[in-house]
Amino acid sequence: MVDKFIEDKVTRVPIKQDGQEVKVDFNDLKSGGFIKQRQRDLFAVRLRCPGGRLDTKKLVEIAKLADKYSKQGVVHFSFRQSLEILYVDYKDFDNLVRDLEKIGQKVASCGPRVRVPTACGGCEYNPNGLTDTQKMAKMVDEKYFGTPCHHKFKTSFSGCPIDCARTKEMDLGFQGVVEPVWDEDTCTGCTICSKACKEDAIKSHPETGKPIYDPQKCIYCGDCIRACPTESWQAKRYGHFVRIGGRHGRHPREANNVANFIPDEKVPETIEKTLEWYKVNGKKGERIGKTIDRVGIESYMKFMEPVFKSGEPLKTNTKPGWEKV
Amino acid sequence: MGKGITMADIKADDSLDLRGVLCPINFVKTKLKLETMDVGQVLEIVLDDGEPIQNVPKSIKEEGHKIVEVKKEGDFFRLKIEKR
Repeated sequence: MVDKFIEDKVTRVPIKQDGQEVKVDFNDLKSGGFIKQRQRDLFAVRLRCPGGRLDTKKLVEIAKLADKYSKQGVVHFSFRQSLEILYVDYKDFDNLVRDLEKIGQKVASCGPRVRVPTACGGCEYNPNGLTDTQKMAKMVDEKYFGTPCHHKFKTSFSGCPIDCARTKEMDLGFQGVVEPVWDEDTCTGCTICSKACKEDAIKSHPETGKPIYDPQKCIYCGDCIRACPTESWQAKRYGHFVRIGGRHGRHPREANNVANFIPDEKVPETIEKTLEWYKVNGKKGERIGKTIDRVGIESYMKFMEPVFKSGEPLKTNTKPGWEKV
Repeated sequence: MGKGITMADIKADDSLDLRGVLCPINFVKTKLKLETMDVGQVLEIVLDDGEPIQNVPKSIKEEGHKIVEVKKEGDFFRLKIEKR
């Protein structure tokens, strides 16, 4: 959406592109990740940093370019983990983009399209991480970034139920989960799992000390697996808990919980089918959450059934909590 | 509680009483002590119920050591850790 207070709808400016002078509308620039500032002729240039990860060599090069092109010598970490070079004169766009291309750094975009995915650190180095959120964010960025939609379409990946990437507030969010399975033979009844469980889903038998597991209370964080000294708790399967239709902003809406244990390889299909449903059922300028409120979540669930069968579809009439099927 | 624990008593080479020591200092102390010990030696630690018993065993495992014995004694836990 165009911000009417900042955006200049009529001004078209001459700009050099590939050596030729062309007229460019400020609003078109926004789709290319150039965001007009309050200050005349100056823009914030949003870089594309999926999952907020940058290799250090590239970061050094970006820093040099930011120093060269920012009139005030400042950058800003955007709320969606991308680096923005502030106070860039629009007459420098051509040179800046060319310099960024040389170091393999792309510019992000705004407007009604699939945005750069955000993600936490994930299982690569975070002890809580259950899914490789960085790998997934990279994949989504490569495959779906910029896909035109009725409105903005934000995705994120959290590696565990702590949900640092706030999947509840995304148009489509994926949060890591693990289903624990217990082996009685190797269990010594030490009771550590019942202590490690913060959800009261594991109680210890008063006599044997062995776990009594309540799957209705389990949120699949894997703390029991991590804590067990004898590896009696094991991972049965890893996957993604899927949330749809969330947003923040002026009219926040908490996402609907729609599926559990969706495997990595079904994430692309989940995104594709969701975008397909949104394209058919949504209206211009309408976030997918609003489409769901208007059309009904049942329509979405029915459409997604072939994909969600790869994990477990959820009963979606329970908010804000969720119920297992 | 604990009748089902079948592990035999394991001799400890060193011990740390971490009752009243908060997270993550209890883990850091455990880690530092283990660093002074040889591979295969056993460290006994005493941990409070609550947060310490929730967190410390996970961290010990993640550092690659093995918890070889757990005993609940009143409001605290006695753990034996084999250095790996």
